[in-house]
Amino acid sequence: MQHSTSYILLFAAAVCAVCSVFVSGAAVLLEDRQKANVELDRQKRVLEVAGLLAKGESLSRDEISRRFADKIVAEIVDLESGAVLEGMDATGFDQRKAAKDPDTSRVAPANAAKVRRVPNQGQIFRYLEDGRLQAVIVPISGQGLWSTLYGYIALAADMRTVVGITFYEHGETPGLGGEVDNPRWQALWPGRKAYDDNGRAVIDVIKGMAGPADVDPYRVDGLSGATITSRGVGALVRFWLGNDGFGPYLSAQRVGGST
Amino acid sequence: MSADRDALLDPLFNNNPIALQVLGICSALAVTTKLETSLVMSLAVIAVLLGSNVAVSLIRNQVPASIRIIVQLTIIASLVIVTDQVLKAFVFDISKQLSVFVGLIITNCIIMGRAEAFAMQNPVRISAMDALGNGFGYAVVLMVVAFIRELFGSGKLFGVTILRTVNEGGWYEPNGLMVLAPAAFFLIGCFIWAVRAWKPEQVEEEFHVGALLEPGHEGHLR
Repeated sequence: MQHSTSYILLFAAAVCAVCSVFVSGAAVLLEDRQKANVELDRQKRVLEVAGLLAKGESLSRDEISRRFADKIVAEIVDLESGAVLEGMDATGFDQRKAAKDPDTSRVAPANAAKVRRVPNQGQIFRYLEDGRLQAVIVPISGQGLWSTLYGYIALAADMRTVVGITFYEHGETPGLGGEVDNPRWQALWPGRKAYDDNGRAVIDVIKGMAGPADVDPYRVDGLSGATITSRGVGALVRFWLGNDGFGPYLSAQRVGGST
Repeated sequence: MSADRDALLDPLFNNNPIALQVLGICSALAVTTKLETSLVMSLAVIAVLLGSNVAVSLIRNQVPASIRIIVQLTIIASLVIVTDQVLKAFVFDISKQLSVFVGLIITNCIIMGRAEAFAMQNPVRISAMDALGNGFGYAVVLMVVAFIRELFGSGKLFGVTILRTVNEGGWYEPNGLMVLAPAAFFLIGCFIWAVRAWKPEQVEEEFHVGALLEPGHEGHLR
């Protein structure tokens, strides 16, 4: 069947119009739900890493939000000075977005975690129990073998002892590097020290097995079959706890006491 | 009625899109480490395939031949984007694991293949049957592969521990190959082998390069 050029153009325009209405309609309708999912996921991870939510524990959306609101305070921190920016509203702050925007970030110095840009301001979470600080939760990210890993690490009120670590996004090989999600491996972290006595971030993921936390506090077992992922995890934790990451904030907290 | 049934049932084993036509392999390799992701991926493909076959079949008499491929692609791409949005809104955790592979349904040859080869020539009802048949054919292979990979690769089925692995303090040493993409490749190969042992008519005739050169001798190229 032969068609005139104007028919073809008209037909193409009509298909485009119908499809774009369909796609944008779906995007608009589902946007709120998607945003709520992202926020809920973040709250869940923060609760998990602070030890307030057991892995696999299923709570309703409301319960998670309530628990988060009860125990967790989000704060925006100036990375370089380590100062808490009191006036800033932490809700809706997106650190990953901030790290991409040249206006709100800077190029990271060369580092083993292959972090390219560091935001000027970062978001941390404080876990309070009856007004007393229990833990600080810091976002971490960096390169593994295939992908960038995104997660959180929680430090106790002494700002040295690890409370927990979790990753919420990565593309590592399931069963090998993907074992960063394994609760048994994550359980090796609590109790270890992220900083040595001189305040340097030294914690490392080694190849092979580390001793128990009280004798071998600065090292964590590597993931077998995933040397590069393990190395990446060590490097990215040190980066974000170091001077180019949240180091200034954490050391200011350490000096200022645990209020 | 029986044409409908054939369109629906034929692609399951007789004319399976993966096993016989060897289409859509890429996603079959990528998402089959777990049953859960495979199931969601299968449902997503079935939904997109159904939508695209029905839509293409509806406009098959109006679409100008010169732009039919790009029209099909536009329809498929729109359906895939919407599917991705729906997954993000309703099964957020799984959609995170599937990451780019939902988006890559656009390039899944099964969907374009069915739109161009079937829906362009056939009425809506039977096109829908064809879509469901091919979708289920894809799903069957994915589920079989994922079943084996999840069970032997991580000792679980649908995330429930069946074989306790050494990492979890059990006895089962997981097969590391199973969690890597090549395992799916081997398993699909075995699946094709099994289907062809059961239905020998699917075996391609052996093709000799020399056969084409001899006049009067018919070589079969498929």
